[in-house]
Amino acid sequence: MPSIGTWLGALLSLAILSFLYKDNPLFRFAESLFAGVALGYYIGNQTNQTIKPNLVLALTRDFAANWDLIFAGLLGIGLYFRYIKKLAWLARVPLGIYVGYYVGVTITQKLHGEVLPQMKDTILPLSGPGLAPLWNGLMIVGVFSVLLYFFFSLEHRGAVGVASRVGILFVMVSFGAAFGYTVMGRISLLIGRFNFLVNDWLRPLLGAVF
Amino acid sequence: MGVRPACPAHSHNRRGRFRPAAAVLGLLLSFVSTAAAQEVATPSANPPLPAPVGLTAVDQPWDAGGAILLTWQPPAAISGGDGAYRIERGPSSEGPFSEIGSLPAGTARFVDREAFGGAAFVYRVTFEPASGGVSTPAFAGPIAARPNGFRTDRVNALVLVLLLTGLVLFFIWRARSGARLFVRRISGLNAIDEAIGRATEMGRKILYVPGIQSMDEIQTIAALAILGYVGKLSATYGAELDVPNRDPLTFAAARETVKHAYLEAGRPDLFREEIVNYVTYDQFAFTAAVTGRMVRERPAANFFIGSFYAESLILSEMGQTTGAIQIAGTAEVMQLPFFVATCDYTLIGEELYAASAYLSHEPVLLGSIKGQDMMKAVLLIVGVIGVVLATMGFPIVSELLTMH
Repeated sequence: MPSIGTWLGALLSLAILSFLYKDNPLFRFAESLFAGVALGYYIGNQTNQTIKPNLVLALTRDFAANWDLIFAGLLGIGLYFRYIKKLAWLARVPLGIYVGYYVGVTITQKLHGEVLPQMKDTILPLSGPGLAPLWNGLMIVGVFSVLLYFFFSLEHRGAVGVASRVGILFVMVSFGAAFGYTVMGRISLLIGRFNFLVNDWLRPLLGAVF
Repeated sequence: MGVRPACPAHSHNRRGRFRPAAAVLGLLLSFVSTAAAQEVATPSANPPLPAPVGLTAVDQPWDAGGAILLTWQPPAAISGGDGAYRIERGPSSEGPFSEIGSLPAGTARFVDREAFGGAAFVYRVTFEPASGGVSTPAFAGPIAARPNGFRTDRVNALVLVLLLTGLVLFFIWRARSGARLFVRRISGLNAIDEAIGRATEMGRKILYVPGIQSMDEIQTIAALAILGYVGKLSATYGAELDVPNRDPLTFAAARETVKHAYLEAGRPDLFREEIVNYVTYDQFAFTAAVTGRMVRERPAANFFIGSFYAESLILSEMGQTTGAIQIAGTAEVMQLPFFVATCDYTLIGEELYAASAYLSHEPVLLGSIKGQDMMKAVLLIVGVIGVVLATMGFPIVSELLTMH
């Protein structure tokens, strides 16, 4: 006989899947339960896995080594000032620091991890044995025309228009490939859910009944 | 490897007693066994190979730590011969040693890029000729890797960062000083006005999902800039707006944005805090709640603008079944195909940022887009020069762009 956990999982899965027919009270119940439990879990998880070990325990156990965490804590508390009308403007300070920090970090990461490798792999010789020049040429035309498509300082007219049209064709081809790839992944997820329903729930249930 | 013959005479000496008969027998046995050994091991009877000369281990200079540079010179006896160097590492000269690399003869340099943790290591290098045998080991260390203040192998990235930052700051300064910066209108922006107008006419709400990521994601910031425009139009037309959120920080910023937009439109009386609401943190619980809302409340226009992942298709497909006009915008390459397939208009990648700049007319955003455009022009020119040089057999540009 399946366990209570399996029963709950199976019935809630079926309740969510019932949305495929139409919106109904069972789906609404499962949806609300899912949202509420997920939020509760997140709050508990963040409290126990982040705030407690990284802030509270770090400060109480070794204050001398971790005193700078007070600033991080104050920034976090600062976000709640938005609920006090007179101090609401203070909430923008931690938000600004948070956004500014990540923008700075991201710029370096993107240039370092994406722009430079992409450019390096695009600078290919238009010579070589066999079909290499053709494939290299295709890569070069693809990257440069897509780059031109995302150039916003010029209207897409004349030669720039033709080049950017070629660019969007390359983009669409890559989208087609990505679409197929991701659909395969989604079908795999669906198979996983049906696998749970059939093998973990239905089969033991039928085995126990018959 | 040579075979070391047994030497009974040494055994006698160790015992400290001399027995003539045993010594004669020992000498005879020694002679026989040495001869036999010479017969069996003739090919490797050469004396042990000398160790690689001048092995040094130094902290790899100008790096982020975790790398030790080993250099050596091949001994004259093995230079030019076939074989391989075996590089080993251990906590001390007594070992235990584990192999971390093998290099062909002729090389005299190795970088251990796994020397993390600040621990000191001893390195052992031996040469194994193709004909068999092994050289005497050479040792270096102990030595620990340390991070340096500046990485010379990342100078190309530094140049790019400085160039891009300089261009962006320059154009922001120009925009602030009143210069008119041209950014072409993206055709999808017309669709935004159209969608809001349609929702107003139909008397139904506008759903705006600013992605599922936090404020550390640049797409979210762009999504909020566009939300400001949508909020302003909604307030002007008196259309009902609904902004569900998954991330708490985005939720806070979105509420500020919409509040400000209503104020700018001169309709602060229409603003209610419930317009921007928080749903839940779990990705698919959020998706289930929003799709349920779409089915029950039937918004006339759906905006999915920001960073999305697996929920993109679920949201946009559901919106399509409800007959809403849908506008999406994201820079997530794997999700764009779904939005292209299910939405009426999609802001692709950087169009999202350009749209936010165009709509907000913020000097910072306009200058940023202009600076990035100039950077793209630089990259295009460098790329074309690089391709020409590479075709002529000089891959110098490609080498300059190589990350180590």
